[in-house]
Amino acid sequence: MMGNNLNGLKRVMKETVKHYKLQSCIVLVLILISAIANVYGSVFLQTLIDDYITPLTLMSTPDYGPLLGAIGFLACIYGIGILSTYTWNRLMINISLGTLNDTRESLFKHMETLPIAYFDTHAHGDIMSVYTNDTDTLRQLISQSLPQMISSFSMMVFVLISMLILNAPLTMITIIMGIAMILVSRFITSRSGRYFREQQATLGEVNGFIEEMMEGSKVIKVFTHEEQSIEDFKKVNERLCKASTEANKFANILMPIVMNLGYVSYVLTAFVGAWFALHGMFGMTIGTIASFLLLNRQFTNPIGQISQQINAVIMAGAGASRIYAILDEPSETDQGVVTLVNVRKENGHWVECSENTGHWCWKHPRPNNEVELVELKGDVRFENVTFGYTKKKVILHDISLFAKPGQKIAFVGATGAGKTTITNLINRFYDIQKGSITYDGIDIKLIKKPDLRHSLGIVLQDTNLFSGTIMENIRFGKLDATDEECIAAAKLANADEFIRHLEHGYNTEISGSGESLSQGQRQLIAIARAAVANPPVLILDEATSSIDTRTERIVQEGMDKLMAGRTVFVIAHRLSTIQNSNAIMVLDQGHIIERGDHDDLIKEKGTYYQLYTGAFELD
Amino acid sequence: MIKTLLAHLKEYKSAAIKTPIYVSFEVIFDVLIPFLMSLLVDEGVNGHNMNKVWLYGGLMLLCAFLALWAGAKSGKYAAIASAGFAKNLREAEFKNIQNFAFLNIDEYSTGGLITRMMTDVTNVQNSFQMIIRACVRSPLMFLFSMGMVFYLSPSVGLIFLVIVALLIVVLFGIIFLVRPIFEKMFKKYDKLNEDIQENITGIRAVKSFVREDYEINRFDKASQDIYTINKKAEKLLVLNSPIMQFSMYSLTLGISWIGAKQIVAGNMEVGSLMSLFTYSSTVLMSLMMLSMVFVMVSMSIASAKRITEVITQVSYLESPKNGLKEIKNGEVQFDHVYFNYTENDDKNEFVLNDINLNIPSGSTLGILGATGSAKSSLVQLIPRLYDVTKGSVKVAGIDVREYDLKALRDKVGVVLQKNVLFSGTIIDNMRWGDPNATEEEIKEACQLAQASEFIERMPDKYNTYITQGGTNVSGGQRQRLCIARALLKKPKILILDDSTSAVDTKTDSLIRQAFLEKIPDTTRIIISQRVSSIQDADQILVLDNSKISAIGSHSELLKTNDIYRQTFEAQQKGEDNE
Repeated sequence: MMGNNLNGLKRVMKETVKHYKLQSCIVLVLILISAIANVYGSVFLQTLIDDYITPLTLMSTPDYGPLLGAIGFLACIYGIGILSTYTWNRLMINISLGTLNDTRESLFKHMETLPIAYFDTHAHGDIMSVYTNDTDTLRQLISQSLPQMISSFSMMVFVLISMLILNAPLTMITIIMGIAMILVSRFITSRSGRYFREQQATLGEVNGFIEEMMEGSKVIKVFTHEEQSIEDFKKVNERLCKASTEANKFANILMPIVMNLGYVSYVLTAFVGAWFALHGMFGMTIGTIASFLLLNRQFTNPIGQISQQINAVIMAGAGASRIYAILDEPSETDQGVVTLVNVRKENGHWVECSENTGHWCWKHPRPNNEVELVELKGDVRFENVTFGYTKKKVILHDISLFAKPGQKIAFVGATGAGKTTITNLINRFYDIQKGSITYDGIDIKLIKKPDLRHSLGIVLQDTNLFSGTIMENIRFGKLDATDEECIAAAKLANADEFIRHLEHGYNTEISGSGESLSQGQRQLIAIARAAVANPPVLILDEATSSIDTRTERIVQEGMDKLMAGRTVFVIAHRLSTIQNSNAIMVLDQGHIIERGDHDDLIKEKGTYYQLYTGAFELD
Repeated sequence: MIKTLLAHLKEYKSAAIKTPIYVSFEVIFDVLIPFLMSLLVDEGVNGHNMNKVWLYGGLMLLCAFLALWAGAKSGKYAAIASAGFAKNLREAEFKNIQNFAFLNIDEYSTGGLITRMMTDVTNVQNSFQMIIRACVRSPLMFLFSMGMVFYLSPSVGLIFLVIVALLIVVLFGIIFLVRPIFEKMFKKYDKLNEDIQENITGIRAVKSFVREDYEINRFDKASQDIYTINKKAEKLLVLNSPIMQFSMYSLTLGISWIGAKQIVAGNMEVGSLMSLFTYSSTVLMSLMMLSMVFVMVSMSIASAKRITEVITQVSYLESPKNGLKEIKNGEVQFDHVYFNYTENDDKNEFVLNDINLNIPSGSTLGILGATGSAKSSLVQLIPRLYDVTKGSVKVAGIDVREYDLKALRDKVGVVLQKNVLFSGTIIDNMRWGDPNATEEEIKEACQLAQASEFIERMPDKYNTYITQGGTNVSGGQRQRLCIARALLKKPKILILDDSTSAVDTKTDSLIRQAFLEKIPDTTRIIISQRVSSIQDADQILVLDNSKISAIGSHSELLKTNDIYRQTFEAQQKGEDNE
């Protein structure tokens, strides 16, 4: 775990420095300059007292000229220091915000290329938290923790050098106390780290408890279970309070302890310095003591700052490794060569053209440099297809089926029977392990994925609308669709009527996955979205399962219009929607156990018959 | 608002008061150290007096350790007070939410309530801790240090005042300018995160429609937008550290010049000069700290508001004082009932319109109607989950508003359409219905609901652990468990709101059969989309467009009501093919 974090950290630094080579170098130099200016000021105190003030007090008519000159010189050094500080902080904005932006963009860009399997096997909340929490800790690291640590560290080095030059024996006190402070703060941070993790875990628990109770709040009312749930809540809440108290206790006492140990160091320096001076040891002067006291503060303050930053650095390391875990995830591969092109008929032959003719062909390059054009019809065949999401568990066993252009094929079966898996295979969300799937006679593995997916329309149970206007959501199906085309698609899907009745019509904003619209209305928009793409093959996956019977009729009408003349694969919960299919496949544990049209299957009096008459529970 | 929140400090008040007291001690000791140091230098070193060096050195060390002790104490009490305060706030929120009526619950989303109880409380906890520590420490540090500066040298004190005034103007000026920019940025951030969320959950749609490039483009634009705004804010914020340095350096130069002159003139000692340098850094640091605290505390004000909202939210429904505790029988009457969810809706548009209904005790009522025809609203008026807008609902001849709420709901069992099971064993879940139910009673209820058959097949039987939301049992099984849970209440009125939709027709009819045999005295109200589930009811109510379309028996309605007949025929088709 620790090594992992460290690797993530190293990689962030490397990437950042690589992208902003010049700027990072300048920043580093400027941090050093600004630290030197700062330390110089403290050392100047010794000169001020020993070389100017003490001699001046002895003069009868003090000449302030040289002192003014020295202060003027210091002012110049300070000016340079301030300028450096401003410049490196300003440059750091470019670096940190730039890196943050780059990271965010490359994360998203890469995420869009990941295979569906990635999203199916990772919790969506976890992916989301990489964008929110992890990139944020990264920002903290680059813009605050790192520069502050570099600056603090270089301050400490310069201070130490100056101290050694001024008076080596007195420096020992600062060093010994410094080590003590580091040890104490490491002890405390490791303790508080443990309690913070405990706090985090209990926070998760309380969160889960609240979520469950809020989801079930109406049930609580119905069963007058309020008092019991308050009692239960008090218990988890108390645990959280304890963990939180412990964690904060250690975090809170860190600063006072480190700071005041700094004061102890300051006191010891003053005391020993005075002792040296009084006993005339090591050439100690008052000026040296004065400088030393300032330097001592400058040495101990960064220790507190660094120990505070260490937790942030560790967290950023963990965040960075999670970010890179996504970035290192292999993208969806595509070895397809066959593309979809617009064609025109000339002398009874298809000829490729650039304009939109409404006719499409698969462009299939052959090894001998010839190009074959195959008309897009929508003929889909499965031959002895075997598939499992993992090698161990086979979901589909040796499935063979065909859908001729314009046919409607339905799948029925219990959850886990493999219905949705079949649709996942047609558009190559997953690749099959054995057998073959062909589209218009071409193995779909040869077809470029974007082109294959363009030729397929899909309406899912989860409509997944996107924030934006209704028009934009319909246009999702075909980027260059005109408003008229979108409205025509909406009319086809029976969506036009309700959209017109909305206050802003097609410009109604859909927010947060379309909560303002009813389930049925969202489904209608999803159908319109598929309609505008006008694909020859359609996949409908439980598209009407969460709509009541009456609304379903309207949606069903829309679907029927959409299905006309297309090859359709439909997965349905309600058998009424698939009665007119050309073929119905009853799936059970990855096998097709019954197939035929509605009348055949009713006569067979098998599983389908039982389902149809309601004697059997589908779930 | 602050008063409401602070009232929840309760047992942690003493810790909350102790914290600033210890902080004050810490500050006093810290401020004394540089002063003692100046005495050590002036009287000890310059006065060549080793005894004084011992004396002041010892005192300084004592101060440092006392400050350390006080600081650690304050840290401890601050942690106790703030974590305890957070605990009490969460509890207050949770308690009041338990007191919410359905109407209140409808106003908040689950996610919203979780944020109010978790993130918002954590924000307030952190701010509170900061207020009782840093908000005390920084001003005290500032005041004491300034006091010492003026005591040591009034003329240097004037320079301090000028620089401090300048710094305050600039620091708070930056905050003032940056805040609106950040607010704008956070909104854009939320929007961006929403887009990401949509892309993650909708990845199938994105890939199916080959929209990856479009989404990437859209995202890049939004991300770039945030970058630009963020840069604008950071460009202002970046002024902070050079300005701090400028103030610090100006003070150093000023002290050097004036101090040197005063020492030479014999008005000041070298030791004082040294401590002035130290005070300059404590003064500036405390100001910097104060501005940071200000920003963080002001950011948590929104959180405090949201918490107060939940705590002070008044439930729309209260149990009457001295409400009737006894429900005599299961008779239900609706008398010219009009109902709306909110009062300010259009006066003439009601969700339920002039409903008159009489359900004799022990009879069965079936309800049929399309989605949105207010079937659920109608039945939820009986256990007073909502209150009628006009008219009255009576149970056993008495208006439901006259019953004690708990007594009423204990006697009206409702199986909601969106029903949930809770994490715990099946037995735990069943005891929601009756905390004292014996295993025998539980088994009996499960038998009635036709659930025992599948429970017995599970390896752990009645001790099977149900995961949150009941996701490890099928929909039909979940519905049967929910019915069993409601049966354990031994209600006088049992309401099933589309609660057997995932149960097969055979089991469904077995459940109804069992009701008839085992609980004949209980009034049963069944909402269903399936005609077969309600056709044997004593009365069937057809709801259409918020109104009663017809009431009657199955055979009557087949003759007189179009909606009923159409629905029946549509569902019968399958069997007709036979």
